[in-house]
Amino acid sequence: MTTTSKTAMRDIPGPVPDPEMQPWWDACKNGQFLVRHCRKCGENHFLPRTICPFCFSDETEWKTAAGTATIYTFSVMRRAHAPYVLAYVTLDEGPTVMTNIATSDVDAVHIGQRVRVAFENTDTGQKLPLFAPI
Amino acid sequence: MPVTGPFSIIDYLGLRLRYVDTTESWGSSYLVHVMHAAEAIASGKCSIALATLAGRPRALGARTGTVVAAKGIDAPEAQFELPYGPTVVGLYAMSAMRHMHDYGTTSEQLAWIKVAASQHAQHNPHAPLRNVVTVKDVVESPLIADPLHRLDCCVITDGGGAVVVTRSEIARALRKPAVRVRGAGYATKHTMGGRVDVASSGATWSGPRAFAEAGVTPSDIKYVSIYDSFTITVLITLEDLGFCANGAGGRLVADGNLISGVGRLPFNTDGGGLCSNHPSNRGGMTKILEAVRQVRGEAHPAVQVKNCDIALAHGTGGALPTRHGSATLILERI
Repeated sequence: MTTTSKTAMRDIPGPVPDPEMQPWWDACKNGQFLVRHCRKCGENHFLPRTICPFCFSDETEWKTAAGTATIYTFSVMRRAHAPYVLAYVTLDEGPTVMTNIATSDVDAVHIGQRVRVAFENTDTGQKLPLFAPI
Repeated sequence: MPVTGPFSIIDYLGLRLRYVDTTESWGSSYLVHVMHAAEAIASGKCSIALATLAGRPRALGARTGTVVAAKGIDAPEAQFELPYGPTVVGLYAMSAMRHMHDYGTTSEQLAWIKVAASQHAQHNPHAPLRNVVTVKDVVESPLIADPLHRLDCCVITDGGGAVVVTRSEIARALRKPAVRVRGAGYATKHTMGGRVDVASSGATWSGPRAFAEAGVTPSDIKYVSIYDSFTITVLITLEDLGFCANGAGGRLVADGNLISGVGRLPFNTDGGGLCSNHPSNRGGMTKILEAVRQVRGEAHPAVQVKNCDIALAHGTGGALPTRHGSATLILERI
């Protein structure tokens, strides 16, 4: 997992992290993509919560994802100043997450494509995970 | 009344109420308000209920579909979504993209939904888009968010509407033909903890609930008002409601099958959101209104469905591929 400055297609508005999620955002600074894991039912989920959305247990913990995923669906925002790719990617750990596909060739993006996380700066300085074609 | 809240209209009309319901389900709210009004009347909380909607997104310069309000939305998911620029068109485009991938649905099939809406809108003097369009017109209009074109998207309009719900003995005494809420169903769908499924909606559950309560099946329905924020919204909703199998929606909507007097499943005979109206960026109210017109036999003669004794109205509020509320009403003439 690398931090790259070649992936930005636009100025990205920084997130407004909430306190429950601060560890997730802190991990981004270290180049890690976390999911939430439930010790009770064994499932990973996203977006992360303290209470498991599958079994409602509070025995949940952070787990570092490998950072590799497959594009589940996407679209190119053609009306933007610089077209960008909105996507859902399915992490190898299970959950599907919203993201941008970081690429200079938006027309080559396709469902089923393998991607890897890359962290990009936002306008607040907070690192944000995008996914780039492998 | 999402922006001003309920008290503006209560004040404006000078009402002194003993019961209020302000359930927020975005564009599907107004179908929910009818359901809740029926429940409140049945339980004796009130005897006459008024559901209203008004809004002026066009006058206020909204660019709802293509611009994202990046900050200031106080929801837990906002931090994980808004930085990625999820425009409303972009979100629904991801549903269309996946539906095409899974089932082979084509842009031409989606275009037929807009074609049908435009065939109806030509008879509606209030519709801003009254020109009849062809499949070619739709697929050759500019791409907004692949695979959705400009003509796959609904209008942004100012407007509003209102529905009165009351007890049957009061309704029968009125000058207008009475329409009964025969069945209603509601469901929510969301990102399911990360098990995201963008190619189907909460109509998968709201539809069967409404049909079960009404004691009818999709084949009994003579007319449908289907929330049409985008062409793909209609296609997925019709599948989920059971008018065809999942994946068969492209074939269902093609070749004019949604055009009144031509096809077997006439829809949105006012021109719908695609050609006529989406007041306050919420299409649920006008879906009820046109279904009521059809059941009363008061639609424009050119689009009135013959013997329209039972109709369905459906709202999708929120965004289909993230989180939304689905509301289904089955209405009949009495």
